[in-house]
Amino acid sequence: MQVIATLTRSERQWALIILLVLFALGLALMAAGRNDPLAGHGALVMIAALAAIFAVISGYFTPEPGDERLDHYYDEPSKIGLVLAMAWAAVGMFFGVWVAALLAWPDLTFDAGWASFGRIRPVHTTGVIFGFGGNALIATSFYVMQRTSRARLPDQLSPLFVLFGYNLFCLLAVSGYMMGITQSKEYAEPEWYADIWLVVVWVVYFVIYLRTLARRNEPHIYVANWYYLAFILVVAMLHIVNNLAVPVSFGSAKSYSLFSGVQDAMTQWWYGHNAVAFFLTSGFLGMLYYYMPKRAGRPIYSYRMSIISFWGITFFYMWAGSHHLHYTALPQWVQSLGMTFSIMLLIPSWVSAGNALMTLNGAWHKVRDDAVLRFMMVAAVFYGLTTFEGSFMAIRTVNSLSHYTDWTIGHVHAGTLGWVSMITFGAIYASVPWLWKRPAMYSTQLVETHFWFAIAGTIVYVFAMWNSGIIQGLMWRTYNDSGTLAYSFVDSLIAMHPYYIARTVGGLLFLTGTLVGCYNVWMTIRTAPRTSTTGAEPALAEQPLLQPGE
Amino acid sequence: MEKFERDPHTGYLTTGHEWNGIIELNTPVPRIIYVFLIAAVLFSLGYWVLMPTWPLGTTFTKGLLGADQRTAVSQSLKQAALDHATWTNLIEKEGYAQIQGNPQLMETVRTTGRTLFGDNCAACHGREAKGGKGFPNLTTNAWLWGGSPEAIAETIRVGVNSTHPETRTSQMLAFGRDGMLQRPDMENVLAYVLSLSGKTTSDASANQIAAGKTVFATNCASCHGDDAKGKTDVGAPDLTDAVWIYGGDANSVYTTIWGGRQGHMPTWESRLSPLDRKILVLYLIDLRKATP
Repeated sequence: MQVIATLTRSERQWALIILLVLFALGLALMAAGRNDPLAGHGALVMIAALAAIFAVISGYFTPEPGDERLDHYYDEPSKIGLVLAMAWAAVGMFFGVWVAALLAWPDLTFDAGWASFGRIRPVHTTGVIFGFGGNALIATSFYVMQRTSRARLPDQLSPLFVLFGYNLFCLLAVSGYMMGITQSKEYAEPEWYADIWLVVVWVVYFVIYLRTLARRNEPHIYVANWYYLAFILVVAMLHIVNNLAVPVSFGSAKSYSLFSGVQDAMTQWWYGHNAVAFFLTSGFLGMLYYYMPKRAGRPIYSYRMSIISFWGITFFYMWAGSHHLHYTALPQWVQSLGMTFSIMLLIPSWVSAGNALMTLNGAWHKVRDDAVLRFMMVAAVFYGLTTFEGSFMAIRTVNSLSHYTDWTIGHVHAGTLGWVSMITFGAIYASVPWLWKRPAMYSTQLVETHFWFAIAGTIVYVFAMWNSGIIQGLMWRTYNDSGTLAYSFVDSLIAMHPYYIARTVGGLLFLTGTLVGCYNVWMTIRTAPRTSTTGAEPALAEQPLLQPGE
Repeated sequence: MEKFERDPHTGYLTTGHEWNGIIELNTPVPRIIYVFLIAAVLFSLGYWVLMPTWPLGTTFTKGLLGADQRTAVSQSLKQAALDHATWTNLIEKEGYAQIQGNPQLMETVRTTGRTLFGDNCAACHGREAKGGKGFPNLTTNAWLWGGSPEAIAETIRVGVNSTHPETRTSQMLAFGRDGMLQRPDMENVLAYVLSLSGKTTSDASANQIAAGKTVFATNCASCHGDDAKGKTDVGAPDLTDAVWIYGGDANSVYTTIWGGRQGHMPTWESRLSPLDRKILVLYLIDLRKATP
C-alpha cells in the first residue's frame, strides 16, 4: 500500500476513524433501508469502507514518511485521480456508445430493466461528466494549485479523502440508476444521501484549496486558480440548492424536491446550465491556463484579457439558465432576460478562447509536431465554436427550431468531446510523465493515434447530430397545403435513423481513442522511471520547498 | 522580485509575475473586444426596453412592443383555425358519402389523416395500419365492430375495453385455464375452427372436426355466431376468413382458446376533436379502398 506509506501515523489513525464512521453509516443505511433499494447502497458503502480499512491496516506499520516529504509536492492524489479519470472515461464512454446504439437498435437492452435507456443514459452522463471530468479536475487542481502557489497541500489525508469520497459518490450514483434510484433531475440524479455525502466531500475540497492558497509563496494568485476556485465554490452552491429535498423517510432512497412546477424547472436549469459553466467550463479553463502555456513554453498572451474573460464568464453565466426553458410555462420575462445574458456571454467566452489561441503564437510549430499540445489547441478551437453555438441557440427564435432536437445533443458533445475531453487528454498526457518521472509517454505515436481517433469521432458525432437535429426541427414545423403538419413524429424518427447509426460510429471512434490512451498511460506508468533529472517538467517544480510552520 | 521582460515574439512586456515557469504578457485588450462587448450590452439594453425582461416585485417590465408569448400563441392558433376553416367546415358539415365524392377534400383527408394516424394510432396499428400480433389490421374488411363510417367513428370515440363509460366491451373467456373445456374438447374445437378457414392440422380426423362442431355450437356460437362469421355487436371476430389478430396457426389458436383474449383500445373522445376523429374515419375507409 504505497499510498498509506505517505501518511503519517496520526493520519493513518484518523483514516481508520473516518472509515469506521463511514462503515457505521453504511450499516445504518442498510438497517434503516432493509425494505428498500437503499439497503443495497448501505451494503456498498460498508464494503467500500471495509476494503479501505483493510488497505490502511495492511500499510499501517510501514515506516512513517520523514520530514523530507515536505520538500516535495504531494502528488499521490493527482496520480490516483488521473488513473481513475481514465478508467471512468473508458466506462462512461462505453455506456455512451451503448446508449447511442440503443437509439438506433432499441433491442440492445436485452430485456434487462437495468439496461433500459432511462437508466443507462444517466450512467453515461454521470460516468463521463463526474467520473471522468470530475476526477481529472480534482487531480489536476491539486497538481496545479501546489505548483502555482509554491505551497504543498496542507496534509496528506484530506486530499485522499476528497478523491476517494468523490469516487464513492460517483459509484453510488451510477449503481443507483441501474437499481432505479433517481430523483429525475438531469445531471443531478443521485438521491438525498449521496447528495449529502457529496456536500461533505466538497466542503473538504474547498477548505483544502483555501488552506493551500492561504499558505502560498507567490505574491499573486494565478489565473488557473481563479477558475478552479470558482468551479469548487459555485458547484457547491448549485449542488446544495438544486438538491434541497425531503426524503420519504431515513429508510427510503426516495425524496421529494423542495421545489415544484415551474420553480422546480427554473432551479433545475439554473443548476444545469451552471454545471456546464462551472463544472465543464470554469474548471477546465483552469486546466487550460496551466497546461497550455507550460506545454507551449509561451507566456499567456494577455493578463488583461484573462481578467475580462474570468469576470465576464462568472457573472454572465449565472443568469443564462432560463434559455433552457424558452417557450415553456416559464414567464417570458425570465426567458428573455436569460437570452440577453447568454448573448453577452459570448464576448468573454471568445476572449478566453482567443487568449488561449494567441498564447500559441510563436509555438505553432510545436502544435504541428506535438499531439499533446494539439489536443489543447483543438480544445480551445472547440471551446470557441461551442460557446458561439450556445449563445446562438439561446436566441428564442433559433431555439424554437433547435429545442428538443438532436441539435442540442450535437452542441453538448461539441463541448464535451471537442473541448472538455480534448483539454483533459492534453493535460493527462502532459502530466503523466511529469508525475511518474518518466522522460515521455510510453508511445508518442499512440498519442498521435488517439488524437486522430478523437478528432474523427468528434466530427462524425457532431455533424451527425447537427444534420439530424436540423432535419428533425424542420420536419416538426413543416405544414402541408391544408395547413396541417406534414410529418408525424414517427416520420421524423425514421429520418433520424441513419444519423443515429453515424452517431454510434462517431462515439465508437472516440471510445477507441480513449482506450488507446488508457493503454498508453498504463504502459507509461509501468516503464522504468528515468534516472536523470532532465525531464519534460522544468526543474523549478522539483526544487526543494521549505515552508514556514511545517 | 518582479521582473518585467519583453517577449521577443510579440514585443509586449510581461506582467512581472511568474508561477512555476508560467509568465503572462501585459498585452492590452484589443479594441475590437470592447466594440463587441459594448455592442452586446447595447443589444441587451435595447431588448430590455422593447421586451418583457426585468422583474418588479409582483410584476415585470412589459417592454415597449407589448410582446406576450401567450397572446402570440393563441393568436396564431386562431389564425390557423381561420385558414383551415375553408375545408374543416366542409368536413364537419357534410356527410361521409358527400365528402368521399369530393376529390379535392379527400386529398386533404389523405395528407392530414396520415399524420393524425401516425401520431395517434400507428404505435399499435403500425404506420401502414396493417396491425401486428394482438393489434388488428385496419386495411382488411374484417372490422370487429363494424366497418361503416358511423361504426368506426364510434369505436374511435369510446374505445374498446377502455375507461370511457360507454366503452365497447368484449372479452373472450379462458376456456382452458378456467376449466370450462377439457383438453380433448379444446383439441376438437381447434380442429373445427381451423377447418373453417380451410386449414386442417395433419392429424385432425373428420370425427374430431364433427365433435368440435358440437363443442363450438354450445360454447362459441353465442359470440362468434352459428356460422362462425363473428358478431360486430360484441366485437367477436369472423373465424372463417384468413384474418387473425393473434395468429391463425394451430398453436396460436389453441393458446387463444385456452387463455381467452381481451383487447384494449383507448378512448379518443377527450384527446382528439370530433373533426380529427372524422378525418381519421375517412382516412381509414379511403385506405381500405386503396389496399387491394
